[in-house]
Amino acid sequence: MSNEETSGPILKHVIAALVANEPGVLSNVAGMFAARGFNIDSLVVGRTENPELSRMTIVVSGTMDTLDQVRKQLLRLVQVVKVVDYVGTDYVERDLMLVRVSAEPGKRREVIELSDMFRARIVDVGREELMIELSGKEEKLEAFVDLLQPYGIIELARTGLIAMPRSEKVEGKTPVRRATTAGAGISGPSTTAKSDVDLKDLPPG
Amino acid sequence: MTTTRTSPSLNTRIDSLDAAAKSDTYIGHKGAEIFHDLMRHHGVRQIFGYPGGAILPVFDAIFESPHFQFILTRHEQGAGHMAEGYARATGKPGVVLVTSGPGATNVVTPMQDALMDGTPLVVFSGQVATPSIGSDAFQEADVTGITRPCTKWNTLVKDVRDLPRKINEAFHIAMSGRPGPVLVDLPKDVTAATLKEAVAVEPHLPGYHIRQLGTSDELAKAAEMINIAQRPVFYVGQGVIQSRGWDTLRQIAIAANIPVTTTLQGLGAFDETHPLSLHMLGMHGSAYANWAMQRSDCIIAVGARFDDRITGRISGFAPEAQRAAREGRGGIIHFDIAPEQIGKNVPTTLGIEGDARKNLEAIAPMIESRDRAEWIAQIAEWKAQYPFRYKRDDRPGHMKPQQVIEELYKQTGGDAIVVTGVGQHQMWAAQFYQYKHPMQWITSGGLGTMGYGVPASIGAKLGRPDKTVVDIDGDGSFCMTAMEMATAAQYGIGAKILILNNDFQGMVKQWQDLFYEERYSHTEMHNPDFKALAEAMHCHGVRCESSEELPAKMAEFLECDGPVVGDFLVEKHEHVWPMVPAGASLDEMQLGVVGEPEA
Repeated sequence: MSNEETSGPILKHVIAALVANEPGVLSNVAGMFAARGFNIDSLVVGRTENPELSRMTIVVSGTMDTLDQVRKQLLRLVQVVKVVDYVGTDYVERDLMLVRVSAEPGKRREVIELSDMFRARIVDVGREELMIELSGKEEKLEAFVDLLQPYGIIELARTGLIAMPRSEKVEGKTPVRRATTAGAGISGPSTTAKSDVDLKDLPPG
Repeated sequence: MTTTRTSPSLNTRIDSLDAAAKSDTYIGHKGAEIFHDLMRHHGVRQIFGYPGGAILPVFDAIFESPHFQFILTRHEQGAGHMAEGYARATGKPGVVLVTSGPGATNVVTPMQDALMDGTPLVVFSGQVATPSIGSDAFQEADVTGITRPCTKWNTLVKDVRDLPRKINEAFHIAMSGRPGPVLVDLPKDVTAATLKEAVAVEPHLPGYHIRQLGTSDELAKAAEMINIAQRPVFYVGQGVIQSRGWDTLRQIAIAANIPVTTTLQGLGAFDETHPLSLHMLGMHGSAYANWAMQRSDCIIAVGARFDDRITGRISGFAPEAQRAAREGRGGIIHFDIAPEQIGKNVPTTLGIEGDARKNLEAIAPMIESRDRAEWIAQIAEWKAQYPFRYKRDDRPGHMKPQQVIEELYKQTGGDAIVVTGVGQHQMWAAQFYQYKHPMQWITSGGLGTMGYGVPASIGAKLGRPDKTVVDIDGDGSFCMTAMEMATAAQYGIGAKILILNNDFQGMVKQWQDLFYEERYSHTEMHNPDFKALAEAMHCHGVRCESSEELPAKMAEFLECDGPVVGDFLVEKHEHVWPMVPAGASLDEMQLGVVGEPEA
């Protein structure tokens, strides 16, 4: 839709696409987003169990009309085999993070306790630092990063979000529409999203 | 727009390439020979291009080919536009063969042109040998990278085992769905290599599906909306021509008394001499077509894409149809083979994906005959009151371009294939020649490529040697690709180039007149003597300087056997009217100051 006609709420959409596992397909998809002026919050590509196909997970914000165009423009690319937009459906989303944080011997205990509360794992221990692995929803990762900030983050890497729909057999759950514009770029965590943390996204305890 | 939410699982079960049937046809053949044989297989009669180092194995294989004619152009851009003109005149794909690096990059403009106008083009480019790719080798360019956004699909063939299948995929993709340009990049070692095993040759495109027909619910709803409409209008684009749906369109329009307006690319889809024709709509469209769109309660868009030159300001577009949609008694119906076109620029009430002809045929039996007397009378009144018009000027040097086109129309009986460049002359050619037949009109619309006319008319004449092919061109457009007249002369291709010469880039001048206080910043042309230039390139040359000599000079121009350039000197200060200024709605169209037409 042209800008002047775009209406309706801006929603975060998680789009999954199966694409041919060929050279240039990532460039093709990324180029289409740039050329059409769609903003990508994150884009993840990985192999599937079928060697001819890769799976992309793209997080993009926009109105339903914009996202309808995103979906159609993706399908228009010959190398794109299937596209699904998870908005309005119940799905599991995960982002994986590795973070190195300063933890001199006196502070180490606190960082480990914090990690335990988030069900994160310590994957490497140094004299004055720890490397921690955490997976979960973006909001959970961002909450954890916020809490680690005071100790000093040395290095941080995130995979970006992947998603999959829940089985339809689960009943009593109504589809959730998430109205948030928060989303981490592929380059690092968002520092403006702290107020979007929902308590129910935090680990128990 | 509603989106149905079914279980959105993405299973990875597709037909595997490994399991595809294999053919031993090409065992023992070199890549270049496979190319040659597949051109024959696809019925290619003409290839346009230019040789060079990386593509030499292919040029060697096609030497003295009995299957097709090779047209050596003067520039690869010329080859691309010739192939486009050929494709538009014949409905077949245009085929281009060029070398690596600059050979391929020179075809970028024709490919983007073909992408925007939905013209089927199959481009083969040479590439440096696979071990040299990425080394900045001589005449190397990342051609698949450069052409990714300006092709419907492209591919770099890294292994001769993939070559037959990729060539077949290229033709399939170029011609199906919304047609468009494709590019196959051919490294020199791949075209020189010999195929040693049986390979899959059929297209393997698990992500490429074209829906042909709307659902029966959608079609019934469309018919119902049309039947209850009081002021329906057909807004028709090239999709009707490419699907060969013009007979069905005519049948429905006449039975139900629905007036028809066409886009620039749709000219000829509906006989413009028929009383139901509203001619072209949009920025320089007819006043009555634009008013009909704004007053209509049901716009039936068929194979057209709601370009900004058509809609004007979107928020002011089709207010009556939008109102009818809100009240549940009409709106905008959009038939298109390309789903991404539906709802892209304008909210549609009902979008129907599929082939224009098949969908029109499906709804035809459901459309009720109506006289719609009030609507038809209103349109007849508008047409009588506000036709395309201009004021004649018989002083030497002030001949009006519109008069030249009317004379051409008269002397060709309205039966010529008309090709154009881009600018004022193009709009006058759209307004003052009446198109009666599909594929009679060939122009660069979406991209607006100056220089399109000369090569495209040469390609069109090759495709339709039985027809008179006239490129109505401007002096600016002509100069961009004029050297292709040497190509026409070399092969004796009788394209006729009619230059409406005002020594200006007229359309830019018009905007400078209207919006930049007549500050003619770099729009004046100091032109060569076009008659002498034509003769220097072994073509005929004709010059016409006034309306007095127009009939005789036009006759001389049309009677020439072989390629001819006609230099028709016309008034500089003429403007194209009507005009919807950029950013205005169709209602805010300016009719212009043309004085009263002479009786």
